[in-house]
Amino acid sequence: MAAPQPVSARRTANDLRLGESATVCCLKDPQMALKLLEMGCIPGTQVRLTGRAPLGDPLMLVLGDEEYTLSLRVSEAITIQLKD
Amino acid sequence: MAGVIQDVQPAVPQPGTGGAAPLAERLPRLALIGNPNSGKTSLFNQLTGLNQKVGNFPGVTVDRKTGVAQLGGQRRAEVVDLPGTYSLYPKSLDERVIADLLYNPLSPDYPDFVVVTVDASNLRRSLLLFSQLADLGLPAILALNMTDVAAERGIQLDVVALERELGVPVVPMNARKGVGLAALRIVMADRLAARPPAGRFWQPGAELRPLLEAIRQHFGLPNDYLALHYAHQFRQLHFLSEEDRTYLASLTEQYAFDSTAQQAAETVGRYASINELLLEVVTVTRTERREPASNRIDKVLTHRVFGYLIFLAILFLLFQAIFAWAQYPMDLIDQGISALSAAIQARFHGPLVRLLTEGVIAGLGGVLIFIPQIALLFAFLAVLEETGYMARVTFLMDKLMRPFGLSGKSVVPLISGLACAVPAIMGARTIESWKDRMLTIFVTPLMSCSARIPVYTVLVALVVPDESWLGIFNMRGLVLMGLYLLGLSSALLSALLLKTVLKARERSYFIMEFPVYRWPRWKNVGLTIVEKVKTFVLQAGKVIVAISVLLWVLASYGPGTRQEQAAAQVQQQAAARRWSAAETERREASARLETSYAGTFGHIIEPAIRPLGFDWKIGISLLTSFAAREVFVGTMSTIYSVGQDADLGTVQQKLASERDAQGQPFFTPVRALSLLVFYVFAMQCMSTLAVTYRETKSWRWPLGQLVYMTGLAYAASLLVWQVFS
Repeated sequence: MAAPQPVSARRTANDLRLGESATVCCLKDPQMALKLLEMGCIPGTQVRLTGRAPLGDPLMLVLGDEEYTLSLRVSEAITIQLKD
Repeated sequence: MAGVIQDVQPAVPQPGTGGAAPLAERLPRLALIGNPNSGKTSLFNQLTGLNQKVGNFPGVTVDRKTGVAQLGGQRRAEVVDLPGTYSLYPKSLDERVIADLLYNPLSPDYPDFVVVTVDASNLRRSLLLFSQLADLGLPAILALNMTDVAAERGIQLDVVALERELGVPVVPMNARKGVGLAALRIVMADRLAARPPAGRFWQPGAELRPLLEAIRQHFGLPNDYLALHYAHQFRQLHFLSEEDRTYLASLTEQYAFDSTAQQAAETVGRYASINELLLEVVTVTRTERREPASNRIDKVLTHRVFGYLIFLAILFLLFQAIFAWAQYPMDLIDQGISALSAAIQARFHGPLVRLLTEGVIAGLGGVLIFIPQIALLFAFLAVLEETGYMARVTFLMDKLMRPFGLSGKSVVPLISGLACAVPAIMGARTIESWKDRMLTIFVTPLMSCSARIPVYTVLVALVVPDESWLGIFNMRGLVLMGLYLLGLSSALLSALLLKTVLKARERSYFIMEFPVYRWPRWKNVGLTIVEKVKTFVLQAGKVIVAISVLLWVLASYGPGTRQEQAAAQVQQQAAARRWSAAETERREASARLETSYAGTFGHIIEPAIRPLGFDWKIGISLLTSFAAREVFVGTMSTIYSVGQDADLGTVQQKLASERDAQGQPFFTPVRALSLLVFYVFAMQCMSTLAVTYRETKSWRWPLGQLVYMTGLAYAASLLVWQVFS
């Protein structure tokens, strides 16, 4: 799960535009990673941002092509780093 | 202990369950386990119907739902419903129950086999949990649920191949509609549950062997994977002794066991083998991709304007239901109780009859009267939960609640607190974070619960005129709303205060799955209502009836001969001043009450509550309603009906006719307001304190609530009375 380049350079799930898809590269926070992994957010999975709560937080991510939706806070979404 | 996990032979006693009970009577026991939203609850309800019991798992406070399922033929089985979870590594208190149950073959609840519900439209993630259970070596049946949703999405599953790959029976079904249930019953009745091949999905790395070998030897465990879970979770396993934990702590330290890294590696490894397996089993035919209906509904229901408007509208409807619709059945219950009391008093006389009617039956009425409100509230909550809307409420409200140290998940318990803090505090269990959960539990009793309604309505109607303001708003309605807002804002501000004091114990997660929108299953809604009403009647009901009886005794008898002396004095005065018989009787009853135990209590605390504008009669009510707020009205009516003619109409009239020393109405608006404010804040509910203790496992929390809320109430009432009177 080590990032090959400086951590800050990577985009995270929070940087996605509404409706944009990307592939999960790595999970930054080990504790959070355990929770994300068991909920199906594995490196290599496609994620798509489908919505944000009216106040910008939390956000809605659709995972993979199985079309199920996770709701998570910005503080949790920034631990999901994306492939370029 | 070896051989404990064997093929299913329910007639053979398992260790820990045999002995006391005759062998033939022991039903085979199965545990239902699955992801949240995988249809587990629907399946449990389908299997057991009204045949359910709610208890507690030993040592913890998690609800333990069990039921007896009729399996076809004469066969039956006991079903234990386990909390929904994504893996066997618990992330919340609820989930810890699973580990305690499944890792301890000596547990009295240890199942003969497990039925794993998986979501067919989401097989990869669902199989993660199954794969862990399989590697533990538990005999299992796979209930392949939501096949309809999968078919809609163009997912085809080869059930025969899945069965072959997993090594357990697979039953395709749709639990909500009851499809496939007959097949599942047959599979369960014939005990076809099979033990999957060990280590089929994943095996611990070679570097862990020595550690796992040591644990297996020490505890006599049947496989490495179970030993691995001991290494991961020994701190949370209730059935281990202190020495066992110390042993495991030193062992894991000696082998430098890194729990987090191992778990991550295991999960990734499992997904790899599940992906491989699914290649054989799943084919997806992509029809033209349409945006799923759920996503389109979400665009409206979580919209920045419509989202909140719709939530407000639903809340409004909920309040209408609790306040207006519930009124009809409540009136019926009220009339029924009065008629029963009157009928008994018309036929029989004597102290025992008075105990029965004024104590027991009056108390029962006080319990039954709340059933319509509780039933309606939980009908609403169950429908919101069933349809998947509740998750959206959490989503909408999270950012708003966070400044106060609460999370979106606190919204549901807080709203439930409007009906009753007891189930609301129990509902806070879904909050994984310890700190968020404690904050929610602590402040929930400040929400104005339905037990305050009688106090509010009686006092508001007493002093606020039934007039409209600006021609539209009913004054009484406005004051009532003000009281609710006062409760809400005090709950939020108290959370803010406590947030700064309390330190978080563990990592908190907000992340959750959004269930797809579905029509509610009315059977599930109905069963929720039955369960909640039963819990209320049996738990709070006992306290209320007991207090009602105690109260009657306290108000009817007094210490020593003081009552008799007071009565004799009244008789003397009556003779001297030529009072009428009725006047004498009224004064004597009043004197008897003042010298009763209750009156003595009231007089003792009067100096403490006089600065709030309260007299000894209110003092009596405060003391008795300390056990449960709704007792206030009952006490007032008892005090005044005992003190005056027996049937003087409603409590309101009695209160309105009360005069102070100067002959002015006693209940002035300011005095009533002081009392109302007291009831908004005061922790006047023994049941809530008891449930807080149960939920927090510490007296610190209920005592904290008691001191904090009573202090707040005293200060607020003092302010009102001193400033405005």
